[in-house]
Amino acid sequence: MKNTGSISPDTTRPGMPFWLLAELTYRCPLQCPYCSNPLDFAAQGKELTTDDWFRVLREARAMGAAQLGFSGGEPLVRQDLPELIGEARRLGFYTNLITSGIGLTEAKIADFRERGLDHIQISFQASDEDMNNLIAGSPKAFAQKLAMARMVKAQGYPMVLNFVTHRHNIDHIDRIIELCLALEADYVELATCQFYGWAHLNRLGLLPTREQLERAERITNEYRERLAREHHPCQLIFVTPDYYEERPKPCMSGWGSIFLTVTPDGTALPCHGARQLPIAFPNVREHSLQHIWYDSPGFNHFRGDGWMPEPCRSCDEKDKDFGGCRCQAFMLTGDASATDPVCAKSPRHDLILAARAEAETAMKRIDQLTFRNALNSRLIARVTPT
Amino acid sequence: MSRERIPQWRPGYRFQWEPAQEAFVLLYPEGMVRLNEGAGMIGELIDGQRSVAQIVAALANEFPDEDIGGDVDDFMQVAHEKHWLHFA
Repeated sequence: MKNTGSISPDTTRPGMPFWLLAELTYRCPLQCPYCSNPLDFAAQGKELTTDDWFRVLREARAMGAAQLGFSGGEPLVRQDLPELIGEARRLGFYTNLITSGIGLTEAKIADFRERGLDHIQISFQASDEDMNNLIAGSPKAFAQKLAMARMVKAQGYPMVLNFVTHRHNIDHIDRIIELCLALEADYVELATCQFYGWAHLNRLGLLPTREQLERAERITNEYRERLAREHHPCQLIFVTPDYYEERPKPCMSGWGSIFLTVTPDGTALPCHGARQLPIAFPNVREHSLQHIWYDSPGFNHFRGDGWMPEPCRSCDEKDKDFGGCRCQAFMLTGDASATDPVCAKSPRHDLILAARAEAETAMKRIDQLTFRNALNSRLIARVTPT
Repeated sequence: MSRERIPQWRPGYRFQWEPAQEAFVLLYPEGMVRLNEGAGMIGELIDGQRSVAQIVAALANEFPDEDIGGDVDDFMQVAHEKHWLHFA
């Protein structure tokens, strides 16, 4: 009994979709310029009904899904969120609400708790009011987030605070961590911007320099050591942007391995960024999740290593990183099967080196970024037909 | 570590049987750990009422030939270090 157990992926057949990410809506009151939603979110189809979601939850749970994230957009925009929480908990899911905090109230937090919500994650844009509101595109966001974070803890939930960091706020990492400790967060995600969706569009104005990143990581490690000495329960999770790595990240723990995302219109994806790939993905309105996960061409497209080109195919690390991220390969090289350019062995690693060099001299201010809103989404959809 | 202490899962942490995995798991914000058989049996007895000594005694009845005490102590230590549980 020395070993208390862990999740060990079985590589011989597709594992279970442990994680179901339910993107309930693309509607959101905020306009963060690094949003991971697709650029053309405004042109997506009708949202699933409550009954559609009930069926998705039931099928996913029967297949072994245990973690459920209600996400978006802003999931609080969905009027049926309380019913969805209740049904999910009844089915045995561990239910996570991933929210901006905008639209949350004391009464809703209490109602969700009664219906069985397990955890609330609140995202912040910065540690100070002015920058937070500038990035969020909303003058009242920060005060609301603070109030709701305190309320979430007061009502007995565990709380994750999520800060997306980038070149304009990463130098305040100490103040960010202090704020999270003051708010009694159980987990703090210091997530350096990942360059998908809107963040890719705005990369020049977001990617930190190597020096910024190294400083932030050093300060985070100092706090970690302090917290460990104090047996403090708060855990700091530092997500580095893979642009400063020499090997790609094991994206989603492998394609169709443990993650299943269902988007607002019912399209099922192996990760929330995959909609942009030139692959046909199944819709829960037309297929069962069982078929989608195990049999659909979309979910099998990059399973295993048969699809890999060189240098991945003969690489002794291919079981570790699965060739990296398919979306990144597609966005940067135009070929979704290519080796992730983050890898120093990739023939297109020069693209990453150029982005790093660009970050050294970038001058773009926050107000010069393209904000994530319906108007910009329609404009972008018009100039880049899919 | 005293066996008189009463272990309790950390608020927001949920211990439950997962039929699909045929195992007990501990669920927490955005994460999950699958417990092996022994850890699962200990976990079943953590209810915020029983002390470590009572958990040891309950398991010793079922498995008289094994060093249950040491296993339970090890589990409690690991689980406490990982902040899965605290002691009342």
